[in-house]
Amino acid sequence: MNFINGLTILLVYQLVGEIAVRFFAVPVPGPVLGMLLLFATLLVRKSADASVDSASRGLLSHLSLLFVPAGVGMVAHLDRISDEWLSIALALVLSTGITMAVTAGVMLGISRLMHSRGRHDA
Amino acid sequence: MRDGGLNELWVYLSASPLLWLTLTLVAYGLAYRVYRFANDNPLLHPVVLAVAVLIAVLLFTDTTYQDYFNGAQFVHFLLGPATVALAVPLYQQLSKLRRMWLPILLATLAGIVVAALSAMLIARLLGASVQTQISLAPKSVTAPVAMGISEKIGGLPSLTAVLVVLTGILGAVLGTKLFQLLRIRDDSVKGIAMGVTAHGIGTARAFQVSAEMGAFSGLAMAISALFSALVLPGLLEWLGLLA
Repeated sequence: MNFINGLTILLVYQLVGEIAVRFFAVPVPGPVLGMLLLFATLLVRKSADASVDSASRGLLSHLSLLFVPAGVGMVAHLDRISDEWLSIALALVLSTGITMAVTAGVMLGISRLMHSRGRHDA
Repeated sequence: MRDGGLNELWVYLSASPLLWLTLTLVAYGLAYRVYRFANDNPLLHPVVLAVAVLIAVLLFTDTTYQDYFNGAQFVHFLLGPATVALAVPLYQQLSKLRRMWLPILLATLAGIVVAALSAMLIARLLGASVQTQISLAPKSVTAPVAMGISEKIGGLPSLTAVLVVLTGILGAVLGTKLFQLLRIRDDSVKGIAMGVTAHGIGTARAFQVSAEMGAFSGLAMAISALFSALVLPGLLEWLGLLA
């Protein structure tokens, strides 16, 4: 019953998110707004309900499964992928490496900056 | 007579959601076992194996994606509540989030922009079509959000889903080597870079390295999902990359 209760709560947040997105014409997918609203609720309540915790654990522990139907959608794009495979492959590999290096670099740089400034202040 | 019976049975089964829903779960279950058997080798990621097997079945039986999706949509639907569920791990990292919010936020924002622009520009330089470039833009964002963004900016959501999965696998495979090469040792930094670049698949890999790296990767994935949805469509339109 715990899982069902938790799933119900997640769906209610998604539904509220979907409605709000359409109502206010916000440029965000409904589930993302639902996530934000749930996060805000957790901040106020200061803890996650056991049922929400169990449902989110259940869904997120096999997140990969949920990608499968969309991934099979590749079957509709086999022509495009075989035509453009080289540009797609290089874009993916190079961009993945560049993104990782830049993200890590910015995080290290700003942390060091804050750290050294903190020392000067102290 | 017997042949006609089998034929009728196939006509019934192939049009019912039950067959394709069940096959999706069976294919994933088998793929997951192979993956575990291969010591979680990211090249044998269960999504890759399951998708390959299912595509082979569809091509062999001459089934359209629409017929397949009528059954598989029940699994696909759960991406919505799964996105909402990301609020829970995010909340569990609240104390780290409070302490390091500025570097995490700026690194994540930089990562989002670099991921989208580098992929689009490299693809453009190599002559990829505009629709492929647009579908590449949200490739580092977790699938449900990436598909929503792709739809919004005029890409192909199903192509984006494939590119997202491939990016996740690449990040999981290349990440640890790259961090070694760049001499990055801090698990929180590695986690943020992994989560921004390779979303859930990278996060699963990060948890194999350490709990700290996994937690930060999950955090980066959630922040990136939120900010990508808010920032990417407007930024790309402003840069004139969507035309």
